[in-house]
Amino acid sequence: MNLPDGNRQAPTPQAVSPEALEIILIGVNHRTAPVELREKLGFTDTETESALITLRKLAFIHEALLVSTCNRVEVLITTDQPETAKEQIPSYIAEWKAISVSRFKSAVYIYSGNDAVRHLFRVTSSLDSMMLGEPQILGQVKAAYKHAVETKTTGVILNRLLHKSFSTAKRVRRETGIGGHAVSISYAAIELAKKIFDSLADKSILLIGAGEMAELAVEHLLRSHHSGIICVANRTFSVGVELAGRFNGTPIRFEEIPETLASVDIIVSSTGAPGFVVARDHIKPIMRRRKNRPLFFIDIAVPRDIDPAINRIPNVYLYDIDDLQGVIEKNINIRRKESVIAERIIDEGVVRFRNWYKSLDVVPTIVALRDKLHATAEAELNKTMHAMDLSPGEEEALKKMTDAMVKKILHDPTIFLKNPGVHRNKSAYLDLTRKLFKLDNEF
Amino acid sequence: MTAALIIIIFLYMSSSAAYLGYFMIQAKILQPVAYSVLMAGFLLHTGLMGYQYVHFGHIPVQNLHQTLSFAAWAIAGVYLLLRYRFHLKILGAYTAPLATVIMIVAFWIPQTTGEPSNILNSIWLILHVVIIFIGEAALVLAGGTGGLYLLQEHAIKTKNTRFFFKRLPSLELLDSAGYAFIITGFTLLTIGLVTGFIYAEKVWGKIWSWDPKEIWSVITWLIYAALLHERLVAGWRGRRAAIMAIIGFAALIFTFIGVNLFLEGHHNEFTRW
Repeated sequence: MNLPDGNRQAPTPQAVSPEALEIILIGVNHRTAPVELREKLGFTDTETESALITLRKLAFIHEALLVSTCNRVEVLITTDQPETAKEQIPSYIAEWKAISVSRFKSAVYIYSGNDAVRHLFRVTSSLDSMMLGEPQILGQVKAAYKHAVETKTTGVILNRLLHKSFSTAKRVRRETGIGGHAVSISYAAIELAKKIFDSLADKSILLIGAGEMAELAVEHLLRSHHSGIICVANRTFSVGVELAGRFNGTPIRFEEIPETLASVDIIVSSTGAPGFVVARDHIKPIMRRRKNRPLFFIDIAVPRDIDPAINRIPNVYLYDIDDLQGVIEKNINIRRKESVIAERIIDEGVVRFRNWYKSLDVVPTIVALRDKLHATAEAELNKTMHAMDLSPGEEEALKKMTDAMVKKILHDPTIFLKNPGVHRNKSAYLDLTRKLFKLDNEF
Repeated sequence: MTAALIIIIFLYMSSSAAYLGYFMIQAKILQPVAYSVLMAGFLLHTGLMGYQYVHFGHIPVQNLHQTLSFAAWAIAGVYLLLRYRFHLKILGAYTAPLATVIMIVAFWIPQTTGEPSNILNSIWLILHVVIIFIGEAALVLAGGTGGLYLLQEHAIKTKNTRFFFKRLPSLELLDSAGYAFIITGFTLLTIGLVTGFIYAEKVWGKIWSWDPKEIWSVITWLIYAALLHERLVAGWRGRRAAIMAIIGFAALIFTFIGVNLFLEGHHNEFTRW
């Protein structure tokens, strides 16, 4: 946690009660800003750091965090002057990135309070991503948070908020299927292969032709601890040799394809050939030689390379680009359905965070502290009185004494909490008090 | 004994519900629950049969009620045993309900306690019955695995990747597990038949008496033998192997139940009610 004095160097005009501090999130994302604008807005690590340092120097900003990915730039702050912040921060960003303020402001969204918290949770849980449920965003927000911590621009509120957003994101991933089900061609192909073959590790692959998607699919296959053979066939043999070198495979000539089919298991095809590269008649005798071990064809080419009639041969499976696209669309729909559950989890997280945030107010903390001390004193008092045989007058005197003790003990802390002094972060003290006396059950 | 039967049925039924729930909504937690409950049911079932053995003085396969109960016990036991070797957790959604249904049927069939006869007391008969039942249970599982294979194969071929595709394991796993079940079942079936012949030779003085059950057992055996032969020689795997496993399963059921209903023979008295 943030130590009371350590992290805050920015001069705060006066100690602000946390209820006067507002959480504000200002940003643009792939929905509000076109790519031409987004590509101008990207912050490198050093730029992020200098931006955070600039923000920290602003009197009205207490804590700050900056997230920059290719699909979004978001600034998250706590401030005691929300209106000033909403007005000035977009101008700062536009200025740093040398774009017109009006252009930037037309794309910007500003959330405050609960809405800002919810937006952050949705971003971290990948509900706000271009590809719903993609896993990178959590890491990106974590990296942004690390930067902010290193630049010392976070305090007790953002620390808590970010940790809450990470745990919410993990819960979403664990309890919903939002991250499951492949939504890219290459992953969909691998998911299919895994339903045909039990393990892909020992399966041999034949790559026919070249092409980004086909190569991606092969690369994904290789990542699953692959130890089988990889053959690469290309019309231009030299291209095949080069590609085979990249995958640590064997280049073969186009004429060798039918022969090779007897020994490989997965065929990824993506040539520019006008007709079929593999015909149905090729396969029938080969299946006999393979003793019917399954063959899986992935045809990414348009026009298609593999005769669609092949899918009707027993133990031969063929998926073309449209089939894979169909699989992906279904999976995206599943993710959309799962996002409803995710929104509920996020709502829960927002409520929890809000409760904690409210508790950072002085009055409830002092009340809670007083109640706790009184409860402890009363319990002990009752125990003692129970054991002794006292007259009503004596009991009354003892009660008065404990009440007076609790009051005296509380006197100084109460005054301190109400006014910890200039330059000091009151919410950190309140948080510390709540932790020290365990005033919250949920931590 | 009735109380024990009801508890066993209840446990099998709960396990079935958990397995079907695991299959439908795919909540991972349900699977160990289903497994444990099935295990509890199986252990109690084992206890009950042990009690019956002591009580009657011979293995409890005297009437159809006991025979069915024995079959359900064997199916549950073989599944519990094979599950870890083949990670076919989803097969529980087939096994547990099957055991439940068999037990419920057994429960409704009146228990006619026939004359305890000496012919049930030979070691050869015990071997014959136990081995055949365990082997047949493995073949029943093979039939179920074949069914799952056909469902999954259909899903992949027709490119319908929604329901079964997500829930069922890979074709290769289903195929190799089914194959292993058949090898196990076939081996035990063979041994069971041989011990049966030895027993027949001891009791009736001849190993073969053209009893319908004997004939159908041999037919079933031949179907599985053909399946294994074709797999080894011609590479009958996948779809054909799955279909054959189901055909074998059907023949098995007929041998087990149908023969007694439609045909006469010396096995009848054990499956009469």
